[in-house]
Amino acid sequence: MEGFFIVITLGLCATILLPLYRGVFGPTVFDRVIGAGFIGTKTIILILLIGVIYGRIDMFIDLALAYSILNFIGTLIVSKYFIRKGAR
Amino acid sequence: MIIGAKIFMIAGLFFFTTAAIGFLRFPDFYTRMHATAKGDTLGTLLFVMGLALYTLHYGIHWFGIVQGIKLISIAVFWFLASPTATHALLRSALESDLVPWTKDGKVVLAWPPKRGK
Repeated sequence: MEGFFIVITLGLCATILLPLYRGVFGPTVFDRVIGAGFIGTKTIILILLIGVIYGRIDMFIDLALAYSILNFIGTLIVSKYFIRKGAR
Repeated sequence: MIIGAKIFMIAGLFFFTTAAIGFLRFPDFYTRMHATAKGDTLGTLLFVMGLALYTLHYGIHWFGIVQGIKLISIAVFWFLASPTATHALLRSALESDLVPWTKDGKVVLAWPPKRGK
C-alpha cells in the first residue's frame, strides 16, 4: 500500500507540472490566476497523501483544511481586484 | 475497503489529468475555466473519499472515524468553495470585456452584452 501511495503522489506531481506552463505563459491574467488555483487544489491532495505516507494524517488534515481556505480566499480576492483591469 | 480506496484514487488521478490536459489544450479562457473547474472539483472529491475509506481500514475505531469525518468536511467545503471561486473569476473576466473564442473568428452575440443597470 505504501508503494501505491508513492506512485499516486508521483503521478500527482507530474500532473502539477502541466498547468505550470499556463500559469507562467498564460495570455491573460485570469489564466494565471486559475493556474495558480489549480496547482493549489492539487497541493491540498498532495499534503493529504504525504500525511498518509508519514503515518501522521491527523496532523496533516488540519494543514490541508487551512490551505484550502487560504486558496479559496486568495482566488476570491484576486478576482475582486482584477474587475475591469484584466484582459490585457 | 482498500480496493475501494484504490479505485477512488485512480479515478481522481484520471480526472485531474484530464482537467490538466483540457487546461492546456482549450483555445479560450472560458473553455479552459470550464475544463478546470469541473475536473478539479470532482477529482478532489474522489481523492478525499478514497482517503476517508483508507482511514477506516484500521478497523471501526474512533481514530479512523474522526479522521474520516474531518476528511469529509474538507470535501464538503471544497465542493462549495470551488464553484464559488470559479463563478467570481468568470464574472470578473466578463466585467473586464474578455471576448469569447469562436471558430470562424466572428462574435456570435453583441459583445460586450448589455449589463443590467
